[in-house]
Amino acid sequence: MKIKTEKSTLVFNAAGYTFLTILSLLCLLPFLVIIIGSLTSENEIIAEGFKLIPDRFSFDAYRAMFTNPIQIYRAYEVTILVTVVGTALGLFLTSMAGYVLSRKDFKFRNGLSFYIYFTTLFSGGLIPWYILIVNYLNLKDNYMVLVIPGLLSAWNLILMKNFMKSIPDSIVESAKIDGAGDFAIYLKLILPLSTPGLATIGLFMALAYWNDWFTANLFITSEHKFPLQFLLYKILASASVLKTNIAGNLSPDFKPPTETLKMATAVVVTGPIILLYPFLQRYFVKGLTIGAVKG
Amino acid sequence: MSLLRELARNKVLFLMIAPALLFFTLFSYIPMVGVYYAFTNYSFEGGLFGSRFVGFDNFEFLFGSGQLATLTRNTILYNVVFIVLGNVLQLICAVFLAELPGKIFKKASQSVMFLPFFISFVLVGAFVLNLFSSENGVIPTLLTQLGLPEYDFYMHTAPWKYIIVFFHIWKGLGYGTVIYLAAIMAIGDEYYEAAKIDGANIFQRIRRITIPMLVPTFILLILLSLGGILKGQFDLFYQIIGQNGMLFESTDIIDTYVYRSLAVNFDIGMGTAAGLFQSLFGLILVLGVNYVIRRTNEDYALF
Repeated sequence: MKIKTEKSTLVFNAAGYTFLTILSLLCLLPFLVIIIGSLTSENEIIAEGFKLIPDRFSFDAYRAMFTNPIQIYRAYEVTILVTVVGTALGLFLTSMAGYVLSRKDFKFRNGLSFYIYFTTLFSGGLIPWYILIVNYLNLKDNYMVLVIPGLLSAWNLILMKNFMKSIPDSIVESAKIDGAGDFAIYLKLILPLSTPGLATIGLFMALAYWNDWFTANLFITSEHKFPLQFLLYKILASASVLKTNIAGNLSPDFKPPTETLKMATAVVVTGPIILLYPFLQRYFVKGLTIGAVKG
Repeated sequence: MSLLRELARNKVLFLMIAPALLFFTLFSYIPMVGVYYAFTNYSFEGGLFGSRFVGFDNFEFLFGSGQLATLTRNTILYNVVFIVLGNVLQLICAVFLAELPGKIFKKASQSVMFLPFFISFVLVGAFVLNLFSSENGVIPTLLTQLGLPEYDFYMHTAPWKYIIVFFHIWKGLGYGTVIYLAAIMAIGDEYYEAAKIDGANIFQRIRRITIPMLVPTFILLILLSLGGILKGQFDLFYQIIGQNGMLFESTDIIDTYVYRSLAVNFDIGMGTAAGLFQSLFGLILVLGVNYVIRRTNEDYALF
């Protein structure tokens, strides 16, 4: 016997598919527009502007970019270094502090939790923070400024604490009876048991470091220290030009790519995120649903 | 003395949390001293305590000139639209994703909608440039191709409100949908089964079961966001509008104003004053929201 689908269900399904399809297309459209823009010929853009479907495709922008890719390589180096160091160190500090705050026998855990939580409620604002870093810590144009201010966030710490609270106390207790020290318990027992939490929060941190342009915008002045997103920002704003070696051998109607080069830079800079996306998404969805079960 | 005894007994634990405490002291608590700038006419030679003390002059100017009122109004209105429209759309998406058949379609559309969450705001700036640029943007080009009159987006303030709202919703859609979807999945199947046996169709099931069950989550998420209603999305506004003074009237928020005071106008005192106003007003809002939540459902209170 075949169950007949109700008419109302058909209406609902049709509405649902339409709605989600439109939203999905709207989410994809900007990406498509950028990729197509990077593959259009410069002449066509100058004559007629960017189009959804160009008359002629061209790889000139990418070719030009890879005649002298040193700037992009350099920015990749900076970003990867900052992301790896920042995430590793940040995760270590966050998990250590989170573990201490999750220990129920730690007397000051409520007071210290509030000390950290309060920073999300009230802050001195951007300007005093900026002056502290520039005038008192002297970190202007220093690589460390890209790493240090993002190492810890109160939200991540609270999330980590809640993850670790779900680890049974008996594990800590029995290890203590066996004579293990607090740091050894953290390193050998708690960390391996918290891998889902570490993965989620680590991804949050890595994403924040990778996508950060604002810190560089405030503090970094030397061009060879620009991270990827800030380099892209400068190129988009036409404040910096991507250096290419395509000046000489030109026919008169050849225009050096500038508009398309901007779009190609956007593609090259975002590429790794898109490639890693299936993996990133899985961990995020998992982490979000664990985190949503409030602790 | 109990503090010292506790310190000695849990030396290792204190050492483990010390870096975090040092971090928040240095980057959060010490800058709070700097709100003193708000009461000075800051000079770079004078520094923190050498600058001339002017009392509430900066605040008087910000209030008197009407600047702060405009900034606050913009910030709050944008956030209200972001919160309401964003949550409603996320809720609708989650309901569809929960009920539709077609696993592959659902998986694909969910993946696509979550994608914008992962990209940087600089790329949003690239989209805006590509789509709206007066010289060669996709949309002005399209308008010309269709034979419509030319329209320079950068000469009009009206469209930017919608562009900003669009990109904010666009970036947060997937994230919020996941939260609501998790809430829907937590509703027991037995309700739906019982309703089906009683002959309720899909619209009735959603209206009578899903929506009422989601209302607490919906209200909680809205209330929680209300606490941050004075915090602007600096990245979003700055990457879309940038330094385009023509458009400030309807697109300037407190955060962009503070940033410009620091990086463009070098008006440290005024910028700090606006930031302090934002922080204090925000604190009062969070306390208020928390009070309301505590009165209605203690479990969900923040503290």
